[in-house]
Amino acid sequence: MAAEATLNNENSNSKAWGGGVSPFGISWGKMMMWFFLVSDAFTFSSLIIAYGAFRHRHAQVWPTANDVFTHFPFVHDHLPLAYVGLMTFILIMSSVTMVLAVDAGHRRDNRSVAIWMGLTIIGGFMFVGSQAWEWYNFITGTPKGALITNMGEFYRFPENAPSLHEGGHAHTAIPDWALISPDHKVISDKAEVERIKSISKPIKGANLVNNEYGHPLFADFFFFITGFHGFHVFSGVVINLIIFFNVLSGVYSRRGHYEHIEKTGLYWHFVDLVWVFVFTFFYLV
Amino acid sequence: MSEHHNHEMHGYYTGDIHNQFVPEHYDPKNRSVIWKTFWILLFITIGEVAIAFTSLSKELLMVIFIVLTIVKAYFIVAFFMHLKHEKLSLAYCILLPFILIVYLIAMSLTEANYLNVWDLIFK
Repeated sequence: MAAEATLNNENSNSKAWGGGVSPFGISWGKMMMWFFLVSDAFTFSSLIIAYGAFRHRHAQVWPTANDVFTHFPFVHDHLPLAYVGLMTFILIMSSVTMVLAVDAGHRRDNRSVAIWMGLTIIGGFMFVGSQAWEWYNFITGTPKGALITNMGEFYRFPENAPSLHEGGHAHTAIPDWALISPDHKVISDKAEVERIKSISKPIKGANLVNNEYGHPLFADFFFFITGFHGFHVFSGVVINLIIFFNVLSGVYSRRGHYEHIEKTGLYWHFVDLVWVFVFTFFYLV
Repeated sequence: MSEHHNHEMHGYYTGDIHNQFVPEHYDPKNRSVIWKTFWILLFITIGEVAIAFTSLSKELLMVIFIVLTIVKAYFIVAFFMHLKHEKLSLAYCILLPFILIVYLIAMSLTEANYLNVWDLIFK
């Protein structure tokens, strides 16, 4: 070990790839964090691509996200995209406080690092809490629920399909007793409605087997991908907390550099980056 | 400490068993870049939510959303994760593997569309 170290030091002014210096000009810790994030990005990519593939596979019967995630705290209207927009804002904001902590670390300003790290942790907890609330609403479902036939098809009530009212599909008002078919069509023929009701049982909310909003695979992918992302956010918050206490106890000011803030910062921005894609592919398109 | 490192260069020694010298270039303009990036990300997100409720066709919206998502990803990776200011060799090591992801997307969606059409014809 000692001999190797001497050898490396002697070669340190030779060519970049000769050993002793970093050819990438960054510390080994940051380099390995980058390579970990590349592998993690591959995992998330595979999950989101699998989601996209099954969504195309069942394009006709795939639920409309704007009919599923319409809740906002203390408001009883259908407000699609509002809450998830707020969640996105919280996560971007906590990314900004994180990068400001990294910046303060470059200035060796221990007090500022502590403040920005603390704000980042608060943002992380707010995001995880928002995600829990989103899950709660999805699992609980609408007050009236939906119908599932003995063929496993989901028929919704018009009040639970606001996008049909807004999207200009129905110029005439949809009657209360009508049903919405799995492929988003209005069934207003009374005999047909009665026939569907006679072979159906009521269902409420979403889980890994059933989903009152439509195809169960939508719920499966939603729980798995946002769950996996939420787990990343949670572990990010835990790592940030550890770093935060280290900052408070002066570990990094004694060490003379704040590289740990940079590494945990890279992880935190990656979590934000993944959310940008989840937001697009689950809520927007 | 190895004394023969270039002392005009700013940086630090990691202080672990490798005790690697890490060059550091602090730019005081960083903070204004951070806030600019924040406003860009915020305006793109607000714009996305706003155009989701317009009467544009679904296909056009999908293209716009995917392009804007890639723009947002660029700003996060380039400025928050600082990749724009790292060496080009590192950036290539990190970015080039994602060519495989483009291939996987093309393959999976082709297969899914094929099965979907199969359903429509034979079910």
